[in-house]
Amino acid sequence: MRKFWAKIMGLGVMALLLLPEIAGAAGPAEAPVIIVADSRNLTGLMKWWANLYNESHFYFTILTYICILTAGLSLAALADVVMKHIGIDLRSRELAEH
Amino acid sequence: MDWLYVLMPISGVKIFWPGLVILGLGVGILGGFFGMGAAWMVTPGLNILGFPMAFAIGTDIAHMAGKSIIATARHGKFGNVDYRLGFIMIIGTIIGFEVGAQMIMWFERIGKVELYVRVLYLVLLAFITYMVFTDIAKRRKKERDARAAGKEVDKLATGIEWYKTLHKIKIPPMIHFKQSMIVCSAWLPIFVSFLTGWLAGILGIGGGLIRMPSLIYFVGVPTHVAVGTDLFEVMISGIYGTATYTYKGRTELLAALIMLCGAAIGAQIGAVATKYVKGYGIRYAFGVCVVGCAVSIILKMIARAYNLIFFDVASTVVILGLTGSVAFYIFINMIRGARKELAMKRAAAASQISAGQ
Repeated sequence: MRKFWAKIMGLGVMALLLLPEIAGAAGPAEAPVIIVADSRNLTGLMKWWANLYNESHFYFTILTYICILTAGLSLAALADVVMKHIGIDLRSRELAEH
Repeated sequence: MDWLYVLMPISGVKIFWPGLVILGLGVGILGGFFGMGAAWMVTPGLNILGFPMAFAIGTDIAHMAGKSIIATARHGKFGNVDYRLGFIMIIGTIIGFEVGAQMIMWFERIGKVELYVRVLYLVLLAFITYMVFTDIAKRRKKERDARAAGKEVDKLATGIEWYKTLHKIKIPPMIHFKQSMIVCSAWLPIFVSFLTGWLAGILGIGGGLIRMPSLIYFVGVPTHVAVGTDLFEVMISGIYGTATYTYKGRTELLAALIMLCGAAIGAQIGAVATKYVKGYGIRYAFGVCVVGCAVSIILKMIARAYNLIFFDVASTVVILGLTGSVAFYIFINMIRGARKELAMKRAAAASQISAGQ
């Protein structure tokens, strides 16, 4: 009986949460957003980066990609050096459990 | 204190950069430990730091790509990544994700997208919670029964064993996944990855939250290998996601790089911590995170439904507070384990020297 009331309570809470959403679901569609970087207050590398964004998303993507991958790989290599220096075994895991 | 803020060149907002490092560190720890991108935590976190929502998702995915490279490399060295399984699952994930994304377009056309997504998300989180905690309870019962019989439970014993039934389906080609220590039909991981990819496509998430428990309960992959293999999948989707979101102009590289500085350390801590925590310890902590995520979504739904700001704030506090606590728990475990390992190494070296003399 307790399980039954728990289920009823759960369904009640769900209905309370969802009813207002059902009512508000049929809203107007949003217009597409075009974002432009404001490079007026920027200088040097930052200005160049913002201008690249405004001029070509393609080159912006390629450079972002290269930066993220390079940063990821070099930070991984750096962490390896630090962990080895501490003395942690990075080649094996002895714990065997499902 | 102006030096603590940095101007983002694309979005034009000034951001408290130590906040980005701390956020990166926290999600790095969780990602490395549970094998997921933790986008459900980063996006609200970035939003709190002042990021416009349009940039929060793209920036999150860009940093996730870098972070998962680091964590996958580490798990790979521990032998936690089943690359064969990972590559097979990519097929199902991509197709499933596209089907899910198309369904979202259809839901949008009929004007019910928000409702369906939220309901599905809650149902899914409830199901994952049920799986994790039922599994833990069943495994504990096995341990109690074994102790009562004066025996010790098998280290590879599990609570929920649905995967054993699924392994009986022998549709060719049958494949031996060496790292996962399983033999099953190739169609099983393809089907499971299709389902998880489909759900991820509908929910607009990376999918680690669903894929990790699915690998454990449906494919029968040991917890540590599930974490590593899932991270491999997160890495692939992160690399793809970075390209698409950046091409749409939704990535703030500077923020992603600052986050990556924290995430690089965090991912290492999380991945190394899996060395010292048993499989069921990882499952339990994961279950707690899923419950926290569900509570946060319910609070958010109340806030939206009745326009109550308090519940909105409470939702964010719950998600960030809980994940912060779990990250701290993982960090402490890593420190304890590393200390123990180093002490054992020193003791072994000392005994060797004394034996030589």
